[in-house]
Amino acid sequence: MEENVVLTARGITMTFPGVKALENVDFTLRKGEIHALMGENGAGKSTLIKCLTGINDFEAGEIHVDGISGPVKNHSTKDAQEVGISTVYQEVNLCPNLSVAENLFIGREPMTKFHTVDRRSYNKRSQKIMDELGIAVDVTQNLENYSLAIQQMVAIARAVDMDCKVLILDEPTSSLDDEEVEKLFTLMRSLRDKGVGIIFVTHFLEQVYAVCDRITVLRDGQLVGEYPIADLPRVKLVAAMMGKNLDDLAEIQKESIEDVSRNPLEISAKGLSHTGTIKPFDLDIHKGEVVGIAGLLGSGRSELARAIYGADRASSGTLSVGGKEVKIKEPIDAMNLGMGMLPDDRKAEGIIGDLSVRENIILALQAKRGMFNLLSRAKQEEIAARYIDLVQIKTADQETLVKQLSGGNQQKVILARWLATDPDFLILDEPTRGIDVGTKSEIQKMIVKLAGEGKSILFISSEIAEMLRTCNRMAIMRDGEKVGELDHDLTQENVMKAIAGGEGTK
Amino acid sequence: MKKDSFWKRVTGWSLFLPVVSLLLVMAVNIIHDIAVGANPLSFFMITLRQTTGNGTILYGRIIDILNRGSEVAILAIGMTLVVSSSAGTDISVGSVMSLCASFCCMLLAGYGVSSATTLACPLIVGILAGILLGVICGMFNGTLVAYFGIQPMVATLILYSAARAIGLLLCNDLIVYVRNGTFGIFGGFLGVIPTPVVIAAICILVMTLVLKKTALGMYIQSVGINGRASRIAGLNSKRIIFLTYMLCGLFAGIAGIVASSRITSADSNNIGLYFEMDAILAVALGGNSLGGGKFNLAGSIIGAYTIQAITTTLYALGVSSTQAPVFKAVIVILIVAIQAPPLKAYMKRRNMAKQVKGAA
Ligand SMILES: Nc1ncnc2c1ncn2[C@@H]1O[C@H](COP(=O)(O)OP(=O)(O)OP(=O)(O)O)[C@@H](O)[C@H]1O
Ligand SMILES: [Mg+2]
Repeated sequence: MEENVVLTARGITMTFPGVKALENVDFTLRKGEIHALMGENGAGKSTLIKCLTGINDFEAGEIHVDGISGPVKNHSTKDAQEVGISTVYQEVNLCPNLSVAENLFIGREPMTKFHTVDRRSYNKRSQKIMDELGIAVDVTQNLENYSLAIQQMVAIARAVDMDCKVLILDEPTSSLDDEEVEKLFTLMRSLRDKGVGIIFVTHFLEQVYAVCDRITVLRDGQLVGEYPIADLPRVKLVAAMMGKNLDDLAEIQKESIEDVSRNPLEISAKGLSHTGTIKPFDLDIHKGEVVGIAGLLGSGRSELARAIYGADRASSGTLSVGGKEVKIKEPIDAMNLGMGMLPDDRKAEGIIGDLSVRENIILALQAKRGMFNLLSRAKQEEIAARYIDLVQIKTADQETLVKQLSGGNQQKVILARWLATDPDFLILDEPTRGIDVGTKSEIQKMIVKLAGEGKSILFISSEIAEMLRTCNRMAIMRDGEKVGELDHDLTQENVMKAIAGGEGTK
Repeated sequence: MKKDSFWKRVTGWSLFLPVVSLLLVMAVNIIHDIAVGANPLSFFMITLRQTTGNGTILYGRIIDILNRGSEVAILAIGMTLVVSSSAGTDISVGSVMSLCASFCCMLLAGYGVSSATTLACPLIVGILAGILLGVICGMFNGTLVAYFGIQPMVATLILYSAARAIGLLLCNDLIVYVRNGTFGIFGGFLGVIPTPVVIAAICILVMTLVLKKTALGMYIQSVGINGRASRIAGLNSKRIIFLTYMLCGLFAGIAGIVASSRITSADSNNIGLYFEMDAILAVALGGNSLGGGKFNLAGSIIGAYTIQAITTTLYALGVSSTQAPVFKAVIVILIVAIQAPPLKAYMKRRNMAKQVKGAA
């Protein structure tokens, strides 16, 4: 093995039924570098990572790890940890019904001298780890009580707490806000300086240029190339990933922000709340309007949307839809009023993993039609085909199980599910999570187009720039409370200021 | 890309496991027949036979299996749905069968009467009331599981222990006989065909049609796979789980009537005894995961008849009815082992290794 190299993979080939996920891919990771692994949705990034960590049994190729002679063959994440590879997978795979501390130490619990688990010591150590990362959690609470972002941070904390030579992070920042991302980057840099090699997957190009030293690009399961960061500016990176030129920064900005404030009201919430998660708020959304919700992690962005949709039943207040006061007890009531909600936690609340792509796409539409009004098979196939095409879902065929798709493609399936119901009011909670740059701008365009057709949209994203490009107005959230709105001078700076508190609100 | 080999396609077929088990049982029968010098195909022979009355009926081992396996087949329909939606089992079905039988016979004979030749109420009323009681039991279980969030095993344990006892109470601790020709027909013969087979066939047919013509099947599986996501997508997860338990109760009621009609009496202590185990086993044998989610009704039905075939075969081999459960237990262990993830992973790795060698 070369000097300074900590991990190499040579000629990795891996096929799934109907898909050649990786074909003869080489990958080299050096000591003390942060190495971005880039590619479109379904390019094979997660598959390559799972080959390195032993989750996938690849058919051909070899993996070498520094300090170990001969090819390494891992059979499980545990094997991989033993050779010094620590991983955060794309889908958080911790145990929601265990405490944060238990999740941090599962499989490596500190023992007392009586060979029982030393609960006190690990609770203390866990609290210290989380405090050092600056994450405010009570480590004795169950993980499921915390947002996806916190869960992601716990997964990261668990991985970095283990002594490792190689740290793999597969889209660790997909649910994080700028602040947490910055914390993670500081952590990554300090590990790099200690000589750890880090593999970093993300669809946020700015993040690549902020921390990475080198980039490897995959396209359709094949290696495009490996580049030092300086040699691959943004435009070239996008071209390498997509195989064609596209200026992803080309503005999608609404030509001129149309004044929709005189349109009739679609949604009007007065004093709506959900005990424990969101304090009473008022919110009006006009027909044809895109309203964004901005706020820090845990400020109640998703909770506000959930209270409107009935995902969490409102504990006070009134809601009017199209001028009529309504009562929503369950999501289906909201759907029958023309609403739809794409939830932020894809795995827990989005996909039905063991059903096919077709069934996942038509599910909400079918639920709306009712049990006795089954869509014919031909109709189902037609709808599925239309949306697979429209949002560019990469799948072997309609009958592929949705859990077999890449993360970004699963996200597209959920989006397709809601578009298929043709809602008048659509809540999109992090719709572009895990979606590649090309498709991301397509989705933003789609949002603007839907609004143009008179639909109303509530748009939540941790990426402010994305909301700026599409929203007419923004609601500002802080500590589980709606603290104000911004309806003019929507700029990154103003929004940040409003989020942070102080002027610019009300 | 290379086409999957024939072998791989066959082993990947959803009915692989149930069909193989059924074939295995048949093979054992054929070998046994050859060994004792009987016609090797006697297992499959169906003949017409005169009854002591003046009718003719179909007769043969296959007919016997289809006939005696009907109750478990009917139960397996409901059990399949319950397992799929709630990742749990309804262990009360055997007791509920007994309760429904007792209730029906009590109504037909009149309370406190132990043997009736004239009916105390119209036949149809007694039967429908029995089945309705099954539905009510199912609703009780469904409420506990879906709306109170009690673990299925614990929730159905209540009726598992109580239902049979309530049945005894209804029958005043007697075995109630309904010696009226028409009541016996549900467990007897319809022309040359055993009625239980016809009833099971109708139940299966109706359920299949419902699954094909409505979205129920998709709803149940969706809820079983991911209840939270199903709710957000507009399904009422609780109501769907409730519905599966209700259907399970319905089928338990029907099976109870059949079982009781077979012996033209309500023998509370024995009707449906251990049937819940057979029904659960049928679901597992049908290749369904007891962890819920996707289900395969055809598999469960084949599973149910396989269990009856095993029982019949064991008797044919001279195993006594007290020992038969031991053999069944061995079979269960085998099935569970085949489905166990470590073995599956091992097989997969072996397949993969072979392919790589082939490619090199
Ligand atoms: N378990 C599986 N079964 C079948 N096909 C799979 C499986 N896992 C991945 N694939 C396929 O392999 C290909 C590569 O998927 P992979 O998850 O590696 O993509 P990715 O680059 O991580 O994409 P994303 O950015 O969306 O996460 C996809 O076409 C996917 O459908
Ligand atoms: Mg991925």
